[in-house]
Amino acid sequence: MDALIHLVGGFAVALRPLNLALAFTGVFVGTFVGMLPGIGPINAIAILIPITFAAGIPPESALILLAGIYYGSQYGNSISTILLNVPGTASAVVTALDGNAMTRQGRGGPALAMAAIASFFGGTVSILGLALFAPLLAEWAIRFGPAEYFALMVFAFAALSSLAGGSLVRGLAATGFGLLLATVGLDPNSAIPRFTFGQIKLLDGMDFVVVTIGLFAVSEVLQLLEDTERGRSAMATYGRVMITMKEFTTSLGTMIRGSVLGFLVGVLPGAGGTIASFLAYSTEQRVSDREGTFGKGDIRGVAAPESANNAAANGAMIPLLTLGVPGSGTTAVLLGALLGLGVTPGPLLITEEPDLFWGLAASMYVGNVFLLLLNLPLVGVFVRALTLPRWFLLPGVAALSFVAVYAVNQSPFDLALMTGFGVVGWLMRKTGFPLAPVILGLVLGPLMEKSLRRAMALSGGEWGVLFDSPIALVLWALAAASLVLPPLLARRTRLPYAAAQAEGDT
Amino acid sequence: MPSRLRGVLAPVLLAACVPASGGRGWECIAPAAAGGGWDLTCRSVGEVLRVMGLSPGLVRTTNLPGAGGGVAFANAVAQRNEDPTVLIAASPSTTLRLAQGQYGSLTEDDVLWVGAVGAEYGVLAVATDAPWNDLGALLEAWRRDAGSIVVSGGSAVAGQDHMKVLLLAYRAGIDPKRIRYVPFDGGGEAMTALLGGFVQVFSGEASEVEGQLAAGRMRVLTVLAPERLAGPLAGVPTAHEAGIDVDWVTWRGFYVPGGIGDERYHEWVDIMSRVGASPEWETARRANRLEPFFMVGSEFDAFVKRQVQDFRDMSREIGLIE
Repeated sequence: MDALIHLVGGFAVALRPLNLALAFTGVFVGTFVGMLPGIGPINAIAILIPITFAAGIPPESALILLAGIYYGSQYGNSISTILLNVPGTASAVVTALDGNAMTRQGRGGPALAMAAIASFFGGTVSILGLALFAPLLAEWAIRFGPAEYFALMVFAFAALSSLAGGSLVRGLAATGFGLLLATVGLDPNSAIPRFTFGQIKLLDGMDFVVVTIGLFAVSEVLQLLEDTERGRSAMATYGRVMITMKEFTTSLGTMIRGSVLGFLVGVLPGAGGTIASFLAYSTEQRVSDREGTFGKGDIRGVAAPESANNAAANGAMIPLLTLGVPGSGTTAVLLGALLGLGVTPGPLLITEEPDLFWGLAASMYVGNVFLLLLNLPLVGVFVRALTLPRWFLLPGVAALSFVAVYAVNQSPFDLALMTGFGVVGWLMRKTGFPLAPVILGLVLGPLMEKSLRRAMALSGGEWGVLFDSPIALVLWALAAASLVLPPLLARRTRLPYAAAQAEGDT
Repeated sequence: MPSRLRGVLAPVLLAACVPASGGRGWECIAPAAAGGGWDLTCRSVGEVLRVMGLSPGLVRTTNLPGAGGGVAFANAVAQRNEDPTVLIAASPSTTLRLAQGQYGSLTEDDVLWVGAVGAEYGVLAVATDAPWNDLGALLEAWRRDAGSIVVSGGSAVAGQDHMKVLLLAYRAGIDPKRIRYVPFDGGGEAMTALLGGFVQVFSGEASEVEGQLAAGRMRVLTVLAPERLAGPLAGVPTAHEAGIDVDWVTWRGFYVPGGIGDERYHEWVDIMSRVGASPEWETARRANRLEPFFMVGSEFDAFVKRQVQDFRDMSREIGLIE
């Protein structure tokens, strides 16, 4: 009950005119920054931190501005993901599956609107979660040791293997490819170079942005060029801009499930939005994809990851503020800002500095509201970008890709790498291999490896430690179930899964 | 028409505003991504330089991540050897990697060491319910059965958090090879592993433990500083008090390219001295939670070279390098 009173107090802080103005500015700037993957929210926030210190605005107002940028850029990223198939964060990769498919069908408007609404929904559910369960969840997060993380990763990969109803074998192969890519670079434990071939640029491994933009955006441009040459028009014009009531009601359950799942995963330190969005998508596919439309432009395929992603961002505030563990690059920068403002993360933060904690929670929510108010009217404007002539749009996407990748490390080597992955992605599309599992393998591979090696180091090489705790056992059971159940269910009820499977295998 | 173009053009235009390398004015290279210690060092000192009017306008911070600072180091040596306008942020992470040969054939003699403007100190902490009440008790347990105690830290094997424990054990007469260490991604995760009961000892920095200390969930056994710290850790004895001669100073400072000439180097030293003595830096240092630690010019140069040599000896001692 106290928590709810504090939350109201938080809103009182967030609704001051200065703070409202800052939240609006943050969301507005963030939306545009987010559209360019590679620059991303991290740099925008890092650049703004010293300015906010220098400007002498109160700490909570500074945080409101930074949080606004964070949210705005997440949404801005959805725009380039859905319209141009250029995801800039790992958590947006699944949104690309159905979001971009919708754009191809001329439904980019509803996809964008749904992304904004689902984000708002995720924010709403998770802020309630924060208010009611924050102290409880902080304890839960501590129980997650290396063995539990390893089991969680295995579960995430198992859930993914049949993502979007494609061929299980191809899904596993693509995941394996991603995991192989993840081993390039310095060994996480000993800092010994692996598979770098003496190339200093590879010491830090394959950068996620480079691989993603290569696989998705560059191969997209190649594909569109090929289609244009052959006289096929793959990209439709835009139609409706808003979602219909029916689309909203069918997605309501999806958003609730996505938000709860995303929030819980977000609370786990280090796991964050990527696992949340992937798990929400694959869970939703299991639960509600009766017609086999996921991956072919189902609006629920946008609602699930977007709500989960946003809920996870709020959930991540718990380990960030109580344990000092940032769940992503952006929250790491936020942590730096908090420290600079004289706030020490710790279990007492929620009780000792309620104004700050709840002010931040409330301001994130206000940011969400602005996002909705600002972006729903703008959806039509963004979608219109697609009506640009092909001779302008394709070079535009190509230029965007090169600029974004160059912005990451200012390295020409990355541009060559990106182009190479573009060709790989184009070949994978032609041969029916899914692209998303590659990214998941690449992003989660290092986490999975480190968790396994930590668990082994702690137990002194005893494998039993992986199955020691109830949490780990539950996760193993879920992993086994998600591999075994779908084919069994498909056989029994003769759902389209079997058909998709057969089609994918030929 | 403008509104129709906005969706595609806006990102491109934004990209054009992102600072590219080159151009006029001073530049501070943070050899890691935005948000880390090096990045904050660059941004806060850069701001002080601008406010004090020591620099020609804004000091640009460029993030040049890669190979634990190796990319920036190689860049300073190979491409900008005579560039008089660039500072590069450094810390013991830099000297440790130099000592372990992780920057390839490059050494500490390839650049010029300007100075350090602040520092943090290492700590060892345990959970509140741990059986050890002071450093002596922990060392005793280590001597008896090193295999039963696992240390967590936020750096890789042979990184700072690992080395400070090894150094402590070594000086206390315990075989460093018997110390078990598990690396985590940053101090927060390493501390979480301690609170969850997965490890027994946490090796980190003073500022990292304050929150858990205030909540009564952790006990800090020792600070690796020459004297006791002020503030919340004032009650924690140094290792010297336990009779072990070891400090761990995580200094924050700068080097400049090796070919800029004596005159320019002395100008940099002079500029850094003025920063170190200024009230502006005093405020920024506190905001960044750094302890006072100031050293410039030949004194700092000797300090860095001695540190690299110490790390080299230590790494050899425990078999990390040949």
